[in-house]
Amino acid sequence: MTVDQEVGRPRRRKEDARLLTGRTQWTDNLSRPGTLHVMFLRSPMAHARIARIDVSGARGLPGVVAAFSGQDFREEQGSLPCAWPRSGDTVIPEHPPMAVSEVRYVGEAVACVVATDRYRAADALEAIEVDYEQLPAVLDMNEALSESAAKVHETGNRAFTYRTTSGDLEAAFRDAPVVIDRTFVQQRLIPSAMEPRAVLCETDGDTFTMWTSTQIPHILRTMLALVTGVAEHKLRVVAPDVGGGFGSKLQVTAEEVLCLLLARRLGRPVKWTESRSEGNLTVHHGRDQIQHLRLAADSDGRIRGLQVELLADMGAYLVLLTPAVPLLGAQMFNAIYKMDAYEFACTGVFTTKMPTDAYRGAGRPEATFGIERMMDELAAELGLDPLEVRRRNWIRHDEFPFTTISGLTYDSGNYEAATDRAMALFGYDKLRAEQNDRRDRGDPVQLGIGVSTYTEMCGLGPSRWFGSENAGAGGWEHGSVRVLPTGKVEVVTGSSPHGQGHVTAWSQIVADALGVPFEDVTVLHGDTAISPKGLDTYGSRSLTIGGIAVLKACDKVKDKARRLAAHVLECSPDDLEFEAGAFKVRGTESQTTIQELALAAFAAHDLPDGVEARLDSDATFDPDNFSFPHGTHLCAVEVDTETGMVKIRSYVAVDDVGKVVNPLIVDGQLHGGIAQGVAQALFEEAVYDADGNLLTTTMADYLLPSAADLPDFALDRTESPATSNPLGVKGVGEAGTIAATPAVVNAIVDALRPYGINDVRMPCTPERVWRALQDRTLEGARR
Amino acid sequence: MPRITVTVDGIQYEQDVEPRLLLVHLLRERLGKTGTPVGCDTSNCGACTVLLDGKSAKSCSVLAVQADGCDVVTIEGLGANGSLHPMQQAFHEEHALQCGYCTPGMVMAAIDLLRQDPDPSEETIRQGLEGNLCRCTGYCNIVRAVRRGAQEMGQAVSRP
Amino acid sequence: MIPAQFDYVRPASLAEACQELGSDEDAKVLAGGQSLLPFLRLRLAYPSKLVDIGRLADLRGVHDRGDHVHIGAMTTHDEVMRSPVVREGCPLLALTAAQVADPAIRHRGTFGGSLAHADPAGDLPAAVLALDGVFVAASASGEREIPAAEFFVDYLESSLRQGEILAGVRIPKLGAGWGFHYEKFHRTAQAWAIVGVAAAVRRSNGSIAEARIALTNMGPTPVRARAVETALQGVELGDQVRQACVEAAADTSPPADLHAQPDYRRHLAKVLTDRAVRAAAGAP
Repeated sequence: MTVDQEVGRPRRRKEDARLLTGRTQWTDNLSRPGTLHVMFLRSPMAHARIARIDVSGARGLPGVVAAFSGQDFREEQGSLPCAWPRSGDTVIPEHPPMAVSEVRYVGEAVACVVATDRYRAADALEAIEVDYEQLPAVLDMNEALSESAAKVHETGNRAFTYRTTSGDLEAAFRDAPVVIDRTFVQQRLIPSAMEPRAVLCETDGDTFTMWTSTQIPHILRTMLALVTGVAEHKLRVVAPDVGGGFGSKLQVTAEEVLCLLLARRLGRPVKWTESRSEGNLTVHHGRDQIQHLRLAADSDGRIRGLQVELLADMGAYLVLLTPAVPLLGAQMFNAIYKMDAYEFACTGVFTTKMPTDAYRGAGRPEATFGIERMMDELAAELGLDPLEVRRRNWIRHDEFPFTTISGLTYDSGNYEAATDRAMALFGYDKLRAEQNDRRDRGDPVQLGIGVSTYTEMCGLGPSRWFGSENAGAGGWEHGSVRVLPTGKVEVVTGSSPHGQGHVTAWSQIVADALGVPFEDVTVLHGDTAISPKGLDTYGSRSLTIGGIAVLKACDKVKDKARRLAAHVLECSPDDLEFEAGAFKVRGTESQTTIQELALAAFAAHDLPDGVEARLDSDATFDPDNFSFPHGTHLCAVEVDTETGMVKIRSYVAVDDVGKVVNPLIVDGQLHGGIAQGVAQALFEEAVYDADGNLLTTTMADYLLPSAADLPDFALDRTESPATSNPLGVKGVGEAGTIAATPAVVNAIVDALRPYGINDVRMPCTPERVWRALQDRTLEGARR
Repeated sequence: MPRITVTVDGIQYEQDVEPRLLLVHLLRERLGKTGTPVGCDTSNCGACTVLLDGKSAKSCSVLAVQADGCDVVTIEGLGANGSLHPMQQAFHEEHALQCGYCTPGMVMAAIDLLRQDPDPSEETIRQGLEGNLCRCTGYCNIVRAVRRGAQEMGQAVSRP
Repeated sequence: MIPAQFDYVRPASLAEACQELGSDEDAKVLAGGQSLLPFLRLRLAYPSKLVDIGRLADLRGVHDRGDHVHIGAMTTHDEVMRSPVVREGCPLLALTAAQVADPAIRHRGTFGGSLAHADPAGDLPAAVLALDGVFVAASASGEREIPAAEFFVDYLESSLRQGEILAGVRIPKLGAGWGFHYEKFHRTAQAWAIVGVAAAVRRSNGSIAEARIALTNMGPTPVRARAVETALQGVELGDQVRQACVEAAADTSPPADLHAQPDYRRHLAKVLTDRAVRAAAGAP
């Protein structure tokens, strides 16, 4: 029997059946007998002291079981955790899940109602009385750092300052023929997973089960135990179907802690489901940096040095990874380029806004945007093609493995190949010709071409590295594989999917490794009672770490099976070869299949010494390096100079994500990633007013693109296998988002450069583009 | 409390409802039709799209009392005898879903789109799905799936 | 989010509905509910009672009445955009209705509901204003006609009185030689118009004989661009059109919001009016 190679096949997903037919297990679909519904009253003030709070008005209302304020949880609620204070000077303020005496952002929970249904709970919220004494809002990062600024916390508004330098920066800038100095703004974003968060928690009086819309059931379980004192072994966390995350569900939330406390206090199952407008206020936000970059170069475009100064808005508190997110840029601003000196500095700033944390790419999109914008600026300064200036600086394919100025070792890549392929697909030269033609004609619709040659460090990550950078945990992943008595295979993974297709991809890996049919593999996940070990899904880590852990577990199963096969076939294990799911005695017809061995192991009637019953094993994988996907994205935009409207004309992405397990899934990740990157460039921004009120609380105000607002994306791939894992795979979940934003903005600036414009702040709304064009003419600015 | 009669996926229900009860909450919390999810509170996301008397409607923006006497088809009422509706099948084939939260609404909107235009262009599909947001797919494969679904459904009709 | 409690009635006749509304000043009309439901869910409105007129058959449908088209208030946007009578007698409304929200909302949202909501960012108010529609308001004391120019009073405020219900709108037919266009400028397909321009243009021998222009979201109500209408008379199709449109924002007081400041809206009004007029006139 020969089995087709599964890895590399565009397998349709096993996950789809229930999702397509509505037989889903979203947390809000779940209920336990007697479930009560929780709703939170949230602060309407950005910064205030709670002078008086009275929940008694809610208590007598129909259907209301209980009402509490923060005061009622004071003793037991603990402080929400920050797990990665990477900079040694990080100040972590107390962060009560429900505010007790002071609120620091609009949306912070101050009280809650528990009722028989959500309609009654919503009514009762209006009967709670709160008197606030207003304190000054702190909204602007630069102002927040001034001596006279009002303080978000008593300790001040500086969360940390982190600095790292390599090479002689002063020498690099001294007498440099070209110095580019720019300030870019990464606007604040709302991740906007389609499924709003929900939590259901029940207790039998001794143990607790929490179903929650999370990316991190394992981390959450440990953190909940640490925060609340509920013993970890008495707590089971389940992530049922989870409707997208993009980092926003990589969090230990106030609502999760409070639902656990409410279940404990009331002895009843409690459920909370957020509304979208509540979520826009209180799901952690993303990005929000001011980036000051200086780049020194020789007159031929060779980079001498790069200096990065960031202000990163933490919001009001440090939640799970808040201070670590901007610092993921520390190794990334230098990107694919060689240089003599590099400095990265970042100051985290407290403001009276929703805390920020991971959003698709987390620190790396910001860095990639900064450097890719700078490369275009350098090209413009020198009158070079933006791809040419990149070629003069990037790591050549024959230079891998390459240790970068910031200290990472890139294992593999081929920037030349991806770029050549992208240029051909895009029709680069033809579009440049059209661009010149439109410029010459003074066409009111100008064409711009944007380039982004990105890489990223992903597959987070090696535990030793996390340890050296002061993270609260490592970056391993766990998998286990059980060949059942009937020969079917049950896989358990510590990764916790929410749309990525782990079940399908892991099935492909296992089918190849054990030589069993794809259909015979099932994958379990997302429940700490089923999958006891794991570090969950984020940072494009699932396949490169979790998938490899499963592969390693398969290897152990095969080792065990080999010993059993040798016993059954009465030969030495060394005489056996494994092929297509069977062990064969070399040079004979004698063989036994993995399914037969599974039955024999189950029966255990005749096991050799040292072989335990059941054909199963587990493994933990901890990579010794990150993975470094890369690619070249090219974007053509048409800019209507009369209205400022930007339309994407075409978009080509050629990505190198190493070996591909399932090309359908990889393309899907890229499509979605690019869409989110484009959306940052053109549409999305969380806007606070001068009093610290969020203005973009609904999807009517926070604009997400629909199908009508985006083009098709043309994809292709090159392949440089990763050397840090046996499959040669690299992460892909964040790549599209990281690449796309600078590609689009570079295209817009490219269209407008003849007008003397060298930046447009994101999102590049029609109004911003139009304002940039005011008092400028095409002719007047042409060189 | 008004009493309403509503047919959902072929089954007739009589329910006493508060006037303010949203149709989507009737479906989800009274009738156990949790296949239709809620994604927003301003009718922007379209996750809750159902067919109401044969036409797409956002069930979060319809009161249950407004659906009195009406016929509702949800994602759970598509397909027959355990097989997928051609549009569901097309979404599967084209990998037009990732997390799947928008999928019920997207499939219902796509079916409604074909009611008006059985052979839509890419542009028509993109415009026709403007009321349904997806955060995972970038829509590329959704557009392909709707084209494929249209072809499949066209063939299904033209077969003798 | 969850609406606050309210009573609900579904009157069997228009007269009964008027009575219900007349007797309770906090009662509100429920038409298709596509604007009202989000308001209720966000608890931006607390009506005591909803008077559901969505099923009053008399209020639904499009009728050719010779010199005008009568559109019943409960006719849905989808029905308006597909109606052969509308496409023939007042095509601007079909073009505009097709740009309201999205298909699912157009199935439920009504022509009359959208007008009575009087949102200056809505698309249909400007189109009806450009066509000099006549609003028919019903009440216990009978019917009252309100010219479009007097119907829109302020932001979310029409001239309907307590106890009055918008029963329908009469749209005068413009006759031969007219062309139409609705130019909607918005950041995403779902977003409200930053500015919209409804244009009806009559051509004669390569020139514009007559034009009617109304603007969306250029003030608390939809506004007619009278100065442009005057300036366009007799203008040849070509660069002169643009010149005639420079006064498009005259006498407007556009709002400042998340998506645009007033000066940008004024600028857009000029550019988009030019585009709308050319498109309506069938000129490139």
